[in-house]
Amino acid sequence: MALALVLAGGFPLLALGGLVIAGLQWGERPGNPLADAYIRQVIVFTLWQAALSTLLSVVPALALARAIVRRGAFAGRRWLMLLFALPLALPQIVVVFGVLAAWGGNGWLARLAEAAGFDWRLNVYGLGGILIAHVFFNLPLATRLFAAALERLPAEYWRQAAQLGMPPGAAWRFLEWPALRALLPGVALLVFLLCATSFTVVLVLGGSPARATLEVAVFQALRFDFDPPRAMALAGLQLALLVALQWSLRRFARMPPVTAGALAGVVPHPHEHLSGARMLDATLIALAAAFVALPVAGVVAQGLAARPWAMLLEEEVWRAAMTSLRIGMLAMVLAMGMTLALVAALRGPRGEWRHGWAQRLELPATMALVLPPVMLAAGWFVLLHRLDAVAPGAPLVVAMLNAMMSLPFVWRILVSPAAEAQLRHGRLCAALGIAGLARWRLVEGRLLWRPLLLAAVLALALSLGDLGAIALFGAEDFRTLPYLLYVKLGSYRTDEAAGLAFFLLVLIVALFAVAEWLGRENARYG
Amino acid sequence: MGEVKKRGGLPVCMERVAFHHVNGDGWEVYYDATFEAGRITALIGPSGAGKTTLLQLLAGFLPPHSGRILFGDDDMTCTPPAERPLTMIFQENNLFPHLDVATNVGLGINPAGRFSTREREQVFRALEQVGLGDFESRIAGTLSGGERQRVALARALLRRRPVMLLDEPFAALGPALKREMLALVADIQRKLGCTMLLVSHQLEDVRVLAHAFAFVHAGRILAQADMRKLDETAERLPELAAYLGNAG
Repeated sequence: MALALVLAGGFPLLALGGLVIAGLQWGERPGNPLADAYIRQVIVFTLWQAALSTLLSVVPALALARAIVRRGAFAGRRWLMLLFALPLALPQIVVVFGVLAAWGGNGWLARLAEAAGFDWRLNVYGLGGILIAHVFFNLPLATRLFAAALERLPAEYWRQAAQLGMPPGAAWRFLEWPALRALLPGVALLVFLLCATSFTVVLVLGGSPARATLEVAVFQALRFDFDPPRAMALAGLQLALLVALQWSLRRFARMPPVTAGALAGVVPHPHEHLSGARMLDATLIALAAAFVALPVAGVVAQGLAARPWAMLLEEEVWRAAMTSLRIGMLAMVLAMGMTLALVAALRGPRGEWRHGWAQRLELPATMALVLPPVMLAAGWFVLLHRLDAVAPGAPLVVAMLNAMMSLPFVWRILVSPAAEAQLRHGRLCAALGIAGLARWRLVEGRLLWRPLLLAAVLALALSLGDLGAIALFGAEDFRTLPYLLYVKLGSYRTDEAAGLAFFLLVLIVALFAVAEWLGRENARYG
Repeated sequence: MGEVKKRGGLPVCMERVAFHHVNGDGWEVYYDATFEAGRITALIGPSGAGKTTLLQLLAGFLPPHSGRILFGDDDMTCTPPAERPLTMIFQENNLFPHLDVATNVGLGINPAGRFSTREREQVFRALEQVGLGDFESRIAGTLSGGERQRVALARALLRRRPVMLLDEPFAALGPALKREMLALVADIQRKLGCTMLLVSHQLEDVRVLAHAFAFVHAGRILAQADMRKLDETAERLPELAAYLGNAG
């Protein structure tokens, strides 16, 4: 317990400490960071692209959610929902490759336009590409949240609307919009937060140092210029921004959880059969589906064309795969170990569940959402550099960063089943003296194996697809698969990148399919 | 029936034991009583009077804010539940539904759950005595309510603790089954000679079975006497008279 707390709490604190101490020691330019024109530019770009990404994700999501709910149980709905679940699972670097394959200079759309006789070419490196990738990630997320809100409306509302003969405009004004409006600030803030801390997308698609988010600028300051004071200033600004955003999220936003059955759709919508509504909805859904499918199809098509199976025989690829696996397993063990130690400590000696402590631990356990990996990585990078131990320390730090990133998810998956097991069996265990390993073997191991496995798979998948933590530490002899893909993209080795992206896509989708299945079985069991 | 050696019971003493829920609404219990060794005492009283709280204080699931709890001469006010010389049977959730019957019973003597041949033998004999000799490998979750409580009794039998607390374990059973189970409980108590506290809402159930009664009302024990003196006590205690009137 104590060890888990020290690990979970000390690791990010040490990273922050590393930033501060190292920054001060190097600090020959202590002046106001806001006076630096470059830093000002980065701040403006961070906020500007996040605002645009939010606008382009959230507004279409409102219309799309309404369309999906209005269509009820249409054919292909299951597929659409699976497609919309994909962006949350895919590694960012894979998506970046997909965006390049679909929208890039030699991408599908450019060639399609050429064949149709237009000279249309989107400059995908820059704001355009960043926005496309961010909308790819966040449009489905926002749509799922909004649709869930609409489907939580009582069935009587829709029946009432049908009985009164409300036209679509009135149904929007009286039913749909009020339900969505309640959720709007929360969803918009969440999307803004995700885009403002975006790393991989902006790193690859940004194109020039001027188009960087704070997160990317921290990386560049250390990796390209090795300028710790500037990195520290940027990280400090990043932290301030995050704290402000997180605070507003908690303060202003009511966020319902995305539930498994969120898009089940049971009540017939009064305007389901209106022909105008049907046309509009079908168009919207088809456009959105195409938009999300395009980059994924790009990865698959280009990947298959690049013969990925031949790549697996190349030494650098399987070495990266082994490194990825090692880091992933270590991250999984760390994340599970920390969570399980905390969960064990929440069980009281009299068979009770320490609700108060569980709630107090909620914040630190989900802290990874506040402290983005690149910022923590920067702190550790500076610290290890001072100790002259970057190479030996890197794998452990990267694994720990990945573990921290998956901690919020692992925590949420495990805490409530563990609480339930304790409430149901805790007193009996206390009465019979069943404790320690025997308890895990007899009770939790039998009852919670699905959530345990689900959490482990998720932790592994998150680590396998992550670039944020490894980006600073990656080196000739320390490369994971996402890092290798980043290197290939950076040196325009498109064929090799295509093979790698395909390989990663298959790997992650397979893992998430297992997790999905476990989660569904889990929901049925509980 | 002579396999179980009689160990005798321990007197249970609650010395000025006070308890209130931390974030409660001012509701407080206060018990000052001794339960005689080797006898069955029925805890009777309206729901919400604090009968279950009393048992949970004795079992160590609730920590008293003041006072002492003694088993025999030993002060066990702060002893963890598993180390107290007692077995408690709850209304429900006495078994782990995902484990088989033999493991559920065996955990009573070996909480690590890895049993020796001798322990398996003991488990089997305990199950035989509650009439579930061929149930060993059944999964507990598939048993009926009555069978589940029988398994819990088998475990209590196996544990042979000098004190046994029963918190309305048969409330959910039908009348015939309940009578059968109460007879089994009486049998077990005779065999072990243990001190037994039994919470019940059905007075007729315990009238024959119990040697003594304790009337719990609004967090206090208002009367405690031999079962034969129940009606006599009610004549001078209006709360008990009211309760008996309702119950009858």
